[in-house]
Amino acid sequence: MVFPEELKYTDQHEWTRIESDSATIGITDYAQQSLGDIVYVELPEIGTEVKKGEEFGVIESVKAASDTYSPLTGEVTEINEDLQEHPEYINQSPYDKGWIIKLKIKDSSEINDLMNSHQYQEYIKSETE
Amino acid sequence: MNANSRQVLWKKEPYIFEQGSSGREGISLPEEDEDFSTQNNPPLPSHLLREPINDFPEVSEVEVVRHFTRLSQWNYGVDTGLYPLGSCTMKYNPKLNEEVAKLSGFSFAHPHQPEPLSQGALHLIYELESFLSEITGMDRVTLQPAAGAHGEFAGMLMIKAYFADKKDARIKVLIPDTAHGTNPASVSMCGFKAVPVKSNKDGIVDKDTVASLMDEDVAAIMLTNPNTLGIFELNITDIADIVHKKGGFVYCDGANLNALMGIVKLGDLGIDIAHINLHKTFSTPHGGGGPGSGPVAIKNILSDYLPVPIIEKREKRYFFNYDQPKSIGKVKSFYGNFLVCVKAYAYILTMGNSGLREASKTAVINANYIRTKLKNYYHIPHDVICMHEYVFTDKNQHEYNVNTLDIAKRLIDYGFHPPTIYFPLVVKQALMVEPTETESKETLDNFINAMICIADEAKNNPDLLKNAPLNAKITRVDEVTAARNPILKWKRD
Repeated sequence: MVFPEELKYTDQHEWTRIESDSATIGITDYAQQSLGDIVYVELPEIGTEVKKGEEFGVIESVKAASDTYSPLTGEVTEINEDLQEHPEYINQSPYDKGWIIKLKIKDSSEINDLMNSHQYQEYIKSETE
Repeated sequence: MNANSRQVLWKKEPYIFEQGSSGREGISLPEEDEDFSTQNNPPLPSHLLREPINDFPEVSEVEVVRHFTRLSQWNYGVDTGLYPLGSCTMKYNPKLNEEVAKLSGFSFAHPHQPEPLSQGALHLIYELESFLSEITGMDRVTLQPAAGAHGEFAGMLMIKAYFADKKDARIKVLIPDTAHGTNPASVSMCGFKAVPVKSNKDGIVDKDTVASLMDEDVAAIMLTNPNTLGIFELNITDIADIVHKKGGFVYCDGANLNALMGIVKLGDLGIDIAHINLHKTFSTPHGGGGPGSGPVAIKNILSDYLPVPIIEKREKRYFFNYDQPKSIGKVKSFYGNFLVCVKAYAYILTMGNSGLREASKTAVINANYIRTKLKNYYHIPHDVICMHEYVFTDKNQHEYNVNTLDIAKRLIDYGFHPPTIYFPLVVKQALMVEPTETESKETLDNFINAMICIADEAKNNPDLLKNAPLNAKITRVDEVTAARNPILKWKRD
């Protein structure tokens, strides 16, 4: 499993890539593997206000439906429309083609609450033990 | 033990649309009689005549009977064998209940029949409500909701109506992570926000966790007891105190009441409102077998908000009382799924007080028997004495690259319905077994032996599991393609 160094992570298994005041969000390699083959992704509408820790969408796999939780507070500026036709992108390429939404960050201090790659890997280890 | 179940006589069966031939009929009607058709009976007005339906099957009676009989032979039900589907309580449904529900006084009762002609049906509803009040230790019961989730919804509407009435705008409902998935859905439908409560390492809710989340915005805590891990919520009375002190209600999802009948009364635990699943606990058919029924039991504090009509009794006569100004109104057409209630009523009367208690005890012992016998073979995340069901995982099989789905599919080859898998979500790769009180020790031993054989196969012949089921009519299905590109309608080539 891969957990890129430049990304930030949450305990709900989302990642975020911060570029100035924009945050790209998806689910981690670990999350996609635990969910199994993803068959449907429910996306929010552009312009939706999401809050840190609150759900912004749903991912359905053959096993289960899971909410996706926002790592940060902000406004949805882009959604990955390709996922409607190709939910498998999240399995194949969780950090690239499988991105889910982009946010305009409202409160950049929240970034400090997120985990780095190393911390997240430790967290998964503690969770699976 | 061998994996030697063999399903089916007919490997393939054409769709009914592909059978028969043009002009073939199931029933021969008499030739049209001139006198009959024209003189005394003018032709039907055109708006009552339907257009011909293209491609409608044209088949004989025996073709229809054979078609559906063959399909039924591919089915697996609780009348075929063990059906240990955790969280679903697939117990045997005694045929006597069906006989009682078929009595013409019940089966031909019309919902618009006037009260004086419906006294028997009303007596049954009234008495079943009182039985369920007694079993749950609550004050009142409504039989209206059509299933468990509908009961949750009706119950939450009553809580909502209570706070609206008190001009207390509470917005949150606490829901443990071991809840049924329908709980947060019902809460959201009523406009509340579901706040998750983490269970502790023993699989139950800590009172301190509840205390830290409880405030005057919380309308209720909604918990399942025993919870979906099959574990009794030991802190329930303390939790109820904490919630009550801040003015909230304690809602219990009573779907797992099968572990408690005649032993624990929900009302004694500080629970204010609960729904019950007649189709689980009280042996009425469910799944494909018939509609459900999800009565809601309440303490008197909520009685003003019960759905109407309420069935009441005055001088030995029963009547519908619609005069409940604060009622949440109707939640179902007429009076609920009445014939399901008839079956549950028959079940309670045949079992009696001691029989119901015995059923719960046996359900708990059966689950613990399987758990104890299999614990050396399959990983158990919460290794405690369970109630009527327990959860294990595929962790011991990971090193052979065998997972939960493979184990479940392989059970089909041994002639058993697989247990619930990937639920509850709080356990990764869960398999959830609920044998119910129905099963004999011989059946449980057969299941245990099959599970031990599968653990052995996982180690020595994992490919066998990867491709299972091998003996079923349909072997491993491609669930991913089916979910991504579902074909929902048959089309003629």
